[in-house]
Amino acid sequence: MALTKQEWLELEKQANELRKLCLDTTYWAGSAHIGGGMSVMDMLTILYYKYMKYDVANPQWEDRDRFILSKGHAGVALASLVCHLGFDDKEKLKTFNLSNSTMGIHLDSNKVKGIDASTGSLGHGLSIALGTALAAKVLGKDYMTYCILGDGECDEGSNWEAGMAAAHFKADNLIAFVDRNKCMIDGPTEEVMKLEPLADKWRSFGFEVIEVDGHNMNALSEAIDAALAVKEKPVMIIADTIKGAGVDYMEGDYKWHYGALNEEKYELAKASLEKYYAARVARAEKEGI
Amino acid sequence: MAGGLTYTATESTAFSTAEIYGKALCELGEKHPEVVALTADLGKSTKIGMFGEKFPDRYFNVGIAEQNMFGMAAGMARAGLVPFLSTFSVFASLRSADQLHTDICYQNVNAKIIATHAGTSFGQAGSTHHAICDMAVARSIPNLTVICPADGLETYNAVHAAYDNFGPYYIRINRGFDRVLYETSDYGFEVGKAVTINEGSDITIIACGSCVFQAYQAAKFLEVNDGLKVRVLNMHTIKPIDKEAIIKAVMETRRIITAEDHNILGGLGSAVAEVIVEAGKGCAFKQLGIPDKFAPIGLHEDIMSTLGIDQNGIIAAVREVMGKDFELDDDWDDEA
Repeated sequence: MALTKQEWLELEKQANELRKLCLDTTYWAGSAHIGGGMSVMDMLTILYYKYMKYDVANPQWEDRDRFILSKGHAGVALASLVCHLGFDDKEKLKTFNLSNSTMGIHLDSNKVKGIDASTGSLGHGLSIALGTALAAKVLGKDYMTYCILGDGECDEGSNWEAGMAAAHFKADNLIAFVDRNKCMIDGPTEEVMKLEPLADKWRSFGFEVIEVDGHNMNALSEAIDAALAVKEKPVMIIADTIKGAGVDYMEGDYKWHYGALNEEKYELAKASLEKYYAARVARAEKEGI
Repeated sequence: MAGGLTYTATESTAFSTAEIYGKALCELGEKHPEVVALTADLGKSTKIGMFGEKFPDRYFNVGIAEQNMFGMAAGMARAGLVPFLSTFSVFASLRSADQLHTDICYQNVNAKIIATHAGTSFGQAGSTHHAICDMAVARSIPNLTVICPADGLETYNAVHAAYDNFGPYYIRINRGFDRVLYETSDYGFEVGKAVTINEGSDITIIACGSCVFQAYQAAKFLEVNDGLKVRVLNMHTIKPIDKEAIIKAVMETRRIITAEDHNILGGLGSAVAEVIVEAGKGCAFKQLGIPDKFAPIGLHEDIMSTLGIDQNGIIAAVREVMGKDFELDDDWDDEA
């Protein structure tokens, strides 16, 4: 179902706050995986602000929906989110990546509240998410498990082991995303290791595949609604995204996989995020109903 | 006693070690609905399939995909289940080592790996199926308890202990039938505590897995033929290692031999050596095991003989070490 204009604007507002917090955290840390953090932020926002059930006061609530960030290097985005939601202390973001902090590049599920899995080594998250989803069936619980993979991460063979098993075990309580920002550390994904036709690959593994603009809240909402209605098979939402979305000088540039911010770059990024937000709001105003 | 049930020697000779594991797991499954089982197309070989026959809704054969199996188990454990995973030791420790390290041990989840076909017990299959470095890998991953049971009944105890204690466990058991060391399972198995199989004051053999029975036979032979009193410690738990028993053996016998069906690098012998060196107590020391090379193809007992980790090899090593000089501390009497 389409978002109401009010819902859409509210999601835009939260996503904007989160992008700013992610930028600030990168600046405080000196450097971070900001490119992939920004590309994944709209998906994180809509999952946590519209779809997932959880209890900030009880992060281990056993009936909560689960979220596994398989592309664990986008921890800077997820850390911003769990702190913004109040799972963990926002002040800790100022220690991100610093010695003796509880928050490093890849978040530790035993140290950061609201984190369901420690990820970072790529190609692990989908298996963990599948285990979590199948556990719900064994335990007779109705929670959902969501998982976001990076696109470059799809090179890892273990994802395809997990994909085969997710379809085999009919894990219809698992919704996965690929953050298709088309960049990886050494270059564009299609140059480093060709992924296309990616949707066909997941489809042939038994997934219901939905392709969507990963920076359009309304489209994301419709995709997730459709995914929730799928029975007897897992869903892969391939979200077309932009690395560094919202920061003009980072957008689409694989070199911003991991980057450092000096004051000048930080100020430029802040200004760019303001413009980006204004454009996003204008779109919601125009297209929202 | 773990599990509240005593198996007898008759039963342990009627079943392979893996079959005893399968029975123990079925007992756990009966009592505890949160126990689930996973395998990677080795349900029959590892006997975890016995659980699958009784509890099909809690049994997940993931196909030949060990990495996914370990990741899934981590997710299941996080959600409150107690997953038992079985594949061959060589795959459990190497093919899915990253998932074992990160998903299971770093997250410190309550998953139990029962790895079969340990050491050279699947001898004819060759080095692709020998697990010669699994204990070295497992021992160096934090949070992981590592157990190498001596026979079927000890496996029964170890599997129950794994359920009873929270956290990741790696238990390596042999393919086929183990020589029977224990006649009943109620001999006082405790994780992290060595069991003295034979008392002795001249020399100590510290062994694990299939080498324990061989060491015991060697000790009996040497008592009759050489008049030696050989202490034999069944060091079933490789991590956490029983430091107290090792240091006591050094202080009381001053001659130590370790015996394991594993590379001499990184396994039981290395673990014992670390304890001895840190203690700073002089002793004669020899490691028996696979001498940092790939093992030959053959029957398990033939490979053990070739490697010198059977009764004859251990007897020869004891005679060698009895004749070995080592530097005594000045205050030997004070220490003892």
